[in-house]
Order: sequence, then C-alpha cells, then structure tokens
Amino acid sequence: MTTSSGVDAPVPLLEVRDVTKEFPGVRALDGVSLTLLAGEVHALVGENGAGKSTLVKVLSGVERPDAGELFIDGRPFRPLDPQEALRAGVRVVYQELNLLTFLTIEENLSFEDLPARRGLVDRTELRRRAVRLLEEVGLDTPPDTPVEELGIAQRQMVEIARALLTDARILVLDEPTATLTPREVDRLFGIIRRLTGRGIGVLFISHHLDEMKAIGDRVTVLRNGRWAATRSVADVSVAQVIELMVGRAVTEGYPFRVAVTQGEELLAVDGLTYRGNHEPISLRLHAGEILGIAGLVGSGRTEAMRAIFGADRATGGTVRVDGRLVEIHSPRDAVAAGISLLTEDRKSQGLMLDMSCAQNTTITKLAAISRHGLLQARRETIVARELIDALSIRTPSPDQMVRFLSGGNQQKVVIAKWLFADSRVLIFDEPTRGIDVGARFEIYNLIWDLAERGRGIIVVSSDLPELLGICHRICVFSKGALVGELPRERFSERAVLELAYQNYLDAASIAARARHMGSESVS
Amino acid sequence: MSDQPTTTSGPGGTGRMPLANRAVMISLREAGVGVALVVLFLIFCVTAPYFATTDNFTRMLGQVAINTVLAVGMTFVILIGGIDLSVGSVLALTTVVGAVIMVPEVLAGFAPFALDPVISIPLAVVACLLVGGLCGFINGFVSERWRVPSFIVTLGMMSMARGASQVISNNSTINGLALPFIDTGNMIVLDLVPIYFLIAIATVLIAWFVLRFTVFGRFIYAIGNNEEAVRLSGHDPRPYKIAAFVICGALAGLGGVVWLLRLQVGSPIAAVGYELTAIAAVIIGGTSFTGGKGSVIGTFFGVCLLQVLNTGLILLGVTDNWRVIVTGLVVVLAAVFDTYRSRIIAALRST
Repeated sequence: MTTSSGVDAPVPLLEVRDVTKEFPGVRALDGVSLTLLAGEVHALVGENGAGKSTLVKVLSGVERPDAGELFIDGRPFRPLDPQEALRAGVRVVYQELNLLTFLTIEENLSFEDLPARRGLVDRTELRRRAVRLLEEVGLDTPPDTPVEELGIAQRQMVEIARALLTDARILVLDEPTATLTPREVDRLFGIIRRLTGRGIGVLFISHHLDEMKAIGDRVTVLRNGRWAATRSVADVSVAQVIELMVGRAVTEGYPFRVAVTQGEELLAVDGLTYRGNHEPISLRLHAGEILGIAGLVGSGRTEAMRAIFGADRATGGTVRVDGRLVEIHSPRDAVAAGISLLTEDRKSQGLMLDMSCAQNTTITKLAAISRHGLLQARRETIVARELIDALSIRTPSPDQMVRFLSGGNQQKVVIAKWLFADSRVLIFDEPTRGIDVGARFEIYNLIWDLAERGRGIIVVSSDLPELLGICHRICVFSKGALVGELPRERFSERAVLELAYQNYLDAASIAARARHMGSESVS
Repeated sequence: MSDQPTTTSGPGGTGRMPLANRAVMISLREAGVGVALVVLFLIFCVTAPYFATTDNFTRMLGQVAINTVLAVGMTFVILIGGIDLSVGSVLALTTVVGAVIMVPEVLAGFAPFALDPVISIPLAVVACLLVGGLCGFINGFVSERWRVPSFIVTLGMMSMARGASQVISNNSTINGLALPFIDTGNMIVLDLVPIYFLIAIATVLIAWFVLRFTVFGRFIYAIGNNEEAVRLSGHDPRPYKIAAFVICGALAGLGGVVWLLRLQVGSPIAAVGYELTAIAAVIIGGTSFTGGKGSVIGTFFGVCLLQVLNTGLILLGVTDNWRVIVTGLVVVLAAVFDTYRSRIIAALRST
C-alpha cells in the first residue's frame, strides 16, 4: 500500500495533510491526505458519501477542517471563505452549476470581475473576453445569449470558461461530465490538457472510471471518508479501482438478464409531434422489455419522453396503452393511463426534498392511504415501510426527510413512488446520473426486476455502456428525429454512435468518430 | 444516537425513533415562538402596569381574534408559496356588506324589503364568508389562469375591495346592527374570554386539522415544497392553489364577522394594514416564506406575540412611533432566527 507517485517531486502545488471533518453524527473526512502536482490531472474517486464533496468544500473554503492542514506551494493555506480560496487560486466548478440564468453568457463569464469604465460596464471588453473564452472552450453560441436558453452541457462549458478567466492554478472539477455527450467530453478533455500544459493542477472528480483512465495521471480513492489508495493511473485497472472503492471485488460490466418472454405490446406511440423542431416520433414498447433511448444531449430524446408523459403538450399523434387509445394532455392523464416519468432532475422535478420518504412515496396515489379525504397515517407508514424494504432504501425511518438521503437512495424513493402508483410503463430519464457505482447496480437490478414482472421500461441515457448493458433494444435520436432502432444482437457503441451522429455529420466524420470512440471506451 | 442514514433500518427497532423525531420537529418549529411569547408575557406581567388584569386580557384576546382569523388564512396562501395583500381590504368590504344586510335603514337603500333579524343575521354572516371567498377565488383564479404573481393580483384586489367598500358604504361607517347580533358580540365567557375569541380558536384548530390530517392539507405542503414534482406525480396543482386563496378570502370574510361582533360597525376604513400584521405573524410563527413549511399553531403564537408586545409597550408608555419600530424589528429578527432554526433542526435530525 505505498503510493506510487514515485519520483521525488518538487514541492507539490497543493498538499492536503491528515484532514478530518465531522458533521453532526458523521465523520465525513477522516485523516485524508493527498497531493496535487502542477500540470497533473489527479482523479478523485469514491462512492457517494466517501467524502469527495466534503474535501472539495474544504478546498474551496466552504467548510473548515476540524483537524489537518492544507498547503499551497508548501505554504499553509487556511481559507475562511470561498473568496479567499479563489484568491489563492483554487477554482471549483460544481456539479450544480452556479450561473445567473437571466444574465447572458458574457455577463456570467465576467461576473466576478466586471470590466468597468467610469462606473459603467464596459461592454466591448466584456464581449472581447467572452469571445476569447468561448473560443477556447469551443462553444459557438453567441455571447449575448441568456444562460437560461442554454442546455446543461453548454452551461457547463460556460462555467469552465469562467474558470479560465480567473488565474486559477488549482482547478477542481466536480462531476464535470455527468451531463455531457461523448463529443463534449472529448472537448472538455482537450481543454483540461491545455490547462495542465500551462501548469495548472486539476482535481478531477467523476463516477465514470473510464474517464479517469482517459484523462487522469494519478488517482486517489476515498472510502467512507478515509484515504484508501493513491495510484498512478497507468498502473491500475478500472476493476482494481472499483475494488478499492467498494472494498470488495465486484464483477465489471453489466450482467444482462434476458427476459423470459417478451409480452404483449404495452405502449404504442404513433406520429407524436410536439413543440420544437423535430420529426414525428413513433415507437413500440412491450411488456417485460427494457427499451433504451440514445442520442446526444439536445437530440430531442428528453423532449419526446416529456411529450409522451404529457409534461409538455403533444401537438399531434396517438398514444396507445395496452392497445387502448389514451388522450394525454397532462401528466395526470398519463399517470391515469399507467405511464410514469422519472425525470432527469430528481431534486427539482421528482422530489419534495423537505418532506419525508413516506410522503414522497405516497404522493402519486394518496387515495390509497386515505378515506373520505382523511389521511391514514398508519397505513401510509406501512406502505412506505414495505417499499423501503422492497427497494432496500437506506433511511433510518420512513419519516426521514428525503433531503438527507444519498443520491442513489433519493432515486429509489422516486422509483418507490411510481411502484406505489402501479405504473405499467416507466420512463427513466438518466436514472443513474450522479449515482455511485454500488448504487447504480442496485438501480439496474430494480429495473430488471420491474421488467421481469411484466412492466415496460424506457431508459433514456447519455451513458452508452449503460444502455448497451441493460437494454433489450435501443432507439436512437439524432437532431430531433428518431433515426433508428437496434436489437440486442446488433448492439455496439459504433452502431449507436453512427445513428446518433447521423443527422449532424457527413459520412466521413461518422466513421472517424466511431473509430475514435471505440478505441477510448473501456467496456 | 449513532444511527446513521447509511445503516439499513431494522424491521422493529426503529419504530420508536421516527415518532420521537417527529415530535422534536413539531415542537422546535413552534417552541421558539412559544417560549418567546411566554417570556415576553411574564416580563410585561411584572413590568407593565395593568398588564396582568382580566380587563386587559379580555381586550387582548379580542384583538387577537381578528388577527388570528386573518393570519390563519394567510398561512394557507404562504404555504403554497403565494401571498395575499388584500385581506385587510376584503375584511372591510365584508363588514360593509354584513352591516348593510343587518341594518334595515341602510338595507332600504339597496332593496325594497326589510329583513327580520332572525334572517338577516345568518344571511349577513353567510354573505361575509361568500364575498370574502369570492374575492379569494378571483385572486387565486387570476394568478393561476394567467400566471400573474399573487403579489400583483392581490395588490390589485386590495385596492378594488377597498374601493368597493367605499362605494357600498358611501364612504361612511354603518351603525345600528341588529340587536341580537350586538348582544352576542358583547358576551364574555367566564368574565374573561370574548365570544369571538372562540371563533378564532375554532378556526385555528380546524385549520390545523385540515393541514395535518387531510389529503388536501398534504397537497398544500407538497405544492409549497415542489409544485413541479406534484404536477409530474400526476396531479393538477392549480385547484389546490386556488382553494388556498379561497380559504384565505373566506377567512378574511370571517374576520369581517368578528370585526362586526367586536366593533359593531361596518366600516370602509376597517383593518387598514392588517394584511401586514397577518403576514408578520405567519413569518414569526415559523412558516417559510417560500412555502411548504410551517403550521397554523405557529401562526397563532405569532399573532399572540405581536399582540403581547404591542399592548405591553403601550402600557409601558412607549409612543406609537417607537412601537411600530419595535414591531418591525421583531419581524426581521424572527426571519433571521428562522434560518438558524432550520440549521438546528437539521443538526438534530442527523443525530
């Protein structure tokens, strides 16, 4: 268990020494140490709750450590607040982006240091900076576009561009690729390499271990708030890292379960149109089937699902459930027809964070736990307990506020509420986004269980190995159109990507792209 | 208490925890105001002359009654993340409407018939509630149908209801209510509690029950917490939100009834600024201004606290101007304290 940083390096850019941080009832960091060298990409991995976020907060001055020390260039570094950390050159790009959505890209970029002339904002300088930064990150959106009009991936690019403006020497990227498509990840990696070339040290936090392999120089694994190992990325396999993370060996890959029989047609969507620039959508889903929906971010996958569910109005086309035509004008109609949507953004669209597990679970069908409009608390608790046990949701009690659960357990609460509603068609939008490896497989198992019990599952995901691993069939969106469908026999990253890029690129670049992706992927 | 959220809950062992935990939650939300109220009350009992007298208690309870009814309605609206600035004006409008119905000479100016008190009194009460409820419905409907922030809609209603009360009353107070009504208003239970205070208490208890034990109440909290999640769970939040405004309006109407019982006069200048007292009480009572969290018990404590403070300062000889300043300060302090309260609760919950 020796670190293999090997070389007698000069003074590290950043040193974290024996840092401990306790929160009421939890020791989030327990004597963690690591070093970050100039020009290095240091990957930080660990399951949710392993202490990564807390470490980031300590670095960024949001939290003060209870014990231990930080050094920058060998000099003690004790940030009391985020501003101080920024001045010391530590820049954090958080998973939840910190952009002012009503302002434009250029205003956001320079917000911390607005160029001024005689007390007025210098718009020429503002634009000049923005053009340069956007060019650098490869975002070709006009700088005067309000951030609210951007997709999540583009917002991320803006956030990173902002980090470039200040003279950050230590850049912490917290799950930067969670919402990016492969192409955008490529671009991000390009930017990271350019930054490290300038001597910036990058602390890279990601659940995607293949990305750690692709971009990292060294990797530090945290487990339960403790340092578990630091290795040179070249010397360690993904499987070994996973083993270090969970402390036990897990089989790599996605043990696909073949459905016993595939049932009747459960959902039939024909010629569905909805607001936005796209082609009509038609698709089929059978009982017991897991259908994957692939496509680049912005290809219209989520929009199509929201239209099926009635979250956004469909403007034409038909939806049949069990062969019966259903009119869906609102989520209410969809739920009544047995369709549910597990949204991409759990916190803002799926959960009432300040309410209990039980209350979140039963919201879909309050009639079942009430009589004459009166809630039956006892029955609610029983129902919630059953679902908590069935999905092994880790919570001290059904009364625990959902806010205090981990991401994986929050996702399970969302699943619980739709199980309670007895939905026959479950549409998962990015079901494992931001969820750690261990919990991911629990979610996959749940999805398989649901399919085996005759429900129809649609999984929308940007994580291609995930789709290839768990689906029976994959439909691919490209630039607002459903361009193709692949049965399991024809699954390959290349096949999916070719379809996904079909409407974006000419044939030559598709082939290049597919080769490139194929060589980089790990599974 | 080393039970972490990370441990799997045992089948039987955790049965006791949640209940205790829940009790902590409830008491913490309201205990702060409750303790402040008791302390303040005791201080004034000792320091302020006449404060600890039955007469004074009776008077305070009377004033508390009106504010409580308004603030309970306001709690519903704030819980769903809205605001209702019109309750004071709506109250005034309903006092005028109620008085018109109950005063034969005035009614003669509106209708070619006279009403016996046996009919006019219940009719007036019902009219107050209906007019208030209708104003509330308009507030809720407009803000939901056209997505106008409730702040704006109710600001408009505040003006319109006040104007309507002036038109109907011809800018004058209306005296001479039916005698049985006046007699009722003068009743004091046990030589201490004005009869209309019981109306306020009943309102608090019913509202508490509705919010805590009914499906409707669950929706109110859920919508305040995350409206989009409720919508995507297959429910239309709009009817519930409109209902919250209707309740608030109807309770402003009930406030009108209490006003008539207490002051025995319909007045177009009644309850000016009461909406602010109601909002202040709700916030002091610990209801989150962004919705989803809070209770009417807290609101009731908030109303009492403001009243005790007000009366106590008057009796101590503090001038009006300073009283207003102190009251404002308390509201701000309560809001500041609220942020710390959430942290305390969070800390306690995670142990």
